[in-house]
Amino acid sequence: MVSATATAAQAAQAVNPERPIIEVSGLDFYYGDFKALTDVNMSIRRGQVTALIGPSGCGKSTYLRLLNRMNDLIPGTRVEGSVLMDGVNLYDPGVDPVDVRRRVGMVFQKPNPFPKTIYNNVAYGPRLHGVKDSKKLDSLVERSLKSAALWEEVKDILHQSALGLSGGQQQRLCIARAIAMEPEVLLMDEPTSALDPIATSRIEELVKELKVRYTVIIVTHNMQQAARVSDETAFFYMGKLVEMSDTESIFTRPQKEQTEHYITGRFG
Amino acid sequence: MMQFPQAQTLRAEGAGALPVGRRRGMTSTQREVWIRRFFIVAGFFSVIIMGLIVLFLFKEGLGLFAEVSVSDFLFGQFWYPTYDPADFGILPLIAGSVAVTALSSLLAVPLGVGAALYLGEVAGNRTREILKPAVELLAGLPSVVLGFVGMVVMAPLMQEWWDIPTGLNVFNASLMLAIMAIPTIASISEDALHAVPRDLQEASLALGATRLETLTRVLMPGALSGIGTAVILGMSRAMGETMVVLMVAGGAAQIPGSIFDSVRPLPATIAAEMGETPFGSEHYHALFAIGIVLFLLTLGFNLVAAYFSNRFQQKGAATL
Repeated sequence: MVSATATAAQAAQAVNPERPIIEVSGLDFYYGDFKALTDVNMSIRRGQVTALIGPSGCGKSTYLRLLNRMNDLIPGTRVEGSVLMDGVNLYDPGVDPVDVRRRVGMVFQKPNPFPKTIYNNVAYGPRLHGVKDSKKLDSLVERSLKSAALWEEVKDILHQSALGLSGGQQQRLCIARAIAMEPEVLLMDEPTSALDPIATSRIEELVKELKVRYTVIIVTHNMQQAARVSDETAFFYMGKLVEMSDTESIFTRPQKEQTEHYITGRFG
Repeated sequence: MMQFPQAQTLRAEGAGALPVGRRRGMTSTQREVWIRRFFIVAGFFSVIIMGLIVLFLFKEGLGLFAEVSVSDFLFGQFWYPTYDPADFGILPLIAGSVAVTALSSLLAVPLGVGAALYLGEVAGNRTREILKPAVELLAGLPSVVLGFVGMVVMAPLMQEWWDIPTGLNVFNASLMLAIMAIPTIASISEDALHAVPRDLQEASLALGATRLETLTRVLMPGALSGIGTAVILGMSRAMGETMVVLMVAGGAAQIPGSIFDSVRPLPATIAAEMGETPFGSEHYHALFAIGIVLFLLTLGFNLVAAYFSNRFQQKGAATL
């Protein structure tokens, strides 16, 4: 599996950096008989923050979870169409969802650290990956916590339970835990919806820093947040991608009436 | 339109009923006081009864130690209560109880925890909905029925298969006790696995863990307190169970040398001999003293279970 990841990384090096990292085409998704997503086509550019916005139930979270095959875990779901990452279809029968999830990290709506120490939370992924050397782990944990802007607050309590941290700290720990896997893409599903304003602004700052190294895709309910952190914004409505373009034009010159209604607060 | 005046009348009546003194019988405050008293009595009832039983047990049992020393009783190798002079050494009985409990745990823990893992993580929803009540139903099986099966079905088979002098032995009793303990262990362990927040499972899978890795590194540690409690409660049940060991363990008061030896566990001894002993005799007191030992053993198991469920409890899910 390590070699597969390595080849994928080499393939990523080889591809044109201008080429979108993720290309979705003709994507349909069903929960049983219910069609949750219809014909989604989208390109996501490397090294940018892409925001997914839309009213509740529009399919944006479902779409996000399709990008690391988390929906595979829900029985009775079905995917049609393709999700290409560096040219490889993630839904190809030969692709192992476990490998996909190692390359595409995820941060959830509610902070969900393991009931383990702070250190062991961050080291969880790398250990699965086969990293056993304790010096290597130490430096990886430190680097990840620094990237998540949490190191200064926790460096003296690394071996205490992660559950003693505040909500905002827990969420940054979850980001550190995802980063420790060195993913190429980081998915964030409303990462600040359970946090207070100060913790929220810290996470937003962090998202802007993270895009230097990772491609970030963030689902948010908060349009100001989308405007603040993202380079591109996609608006979903009733399971369809209505409009996608650079964030500034979406918020200043939306092309579709539905988009305009949503961002001006007429519904949602 | 016609309803309007009616509504007015109702309101007028309602207003008239408001002053407190007008209501017949008790006021609501008085009623609450009585209900409260009833709950207090109900709450303390079982504790008081338990206390009285323990008191009675000790009062009847401690009388023995005027005649026999505690160490002769606990560590004596011979249980000949009806000989003259009688021997009241319960070491063989303790050994019998320990042997059947240990062996039955050895059989029941892997099967019970395995069943819980299957129910919780492998089986589909529909299978689980049918299988879990079925497993719990097994817990409701009267132990005398199991004893009967052990005595009539298993014992002759064992004698035939392995060419041993008797099928009524440690192994047979352990097998039957294991069948009794499996549902307890499986059901409580499954609840414990189920109580581990699904968020954590998703977090682990999203980090590229396989289902097996998620099971062993997140779910099992999270459910450890519950599984530990389940195992100890299962063992405590096997230790205190009377009917099965009375029927299937063979009834020989000896320290077992192999799993195919007959034994006479503590509860079986009390059940078998209490009916034939004269009231107030030494033997009578000795049986109560066995009751004390058994009580302390199961109390110990329950304390360990309580310790487990506190010590390894997760300190809440990841909350804000």
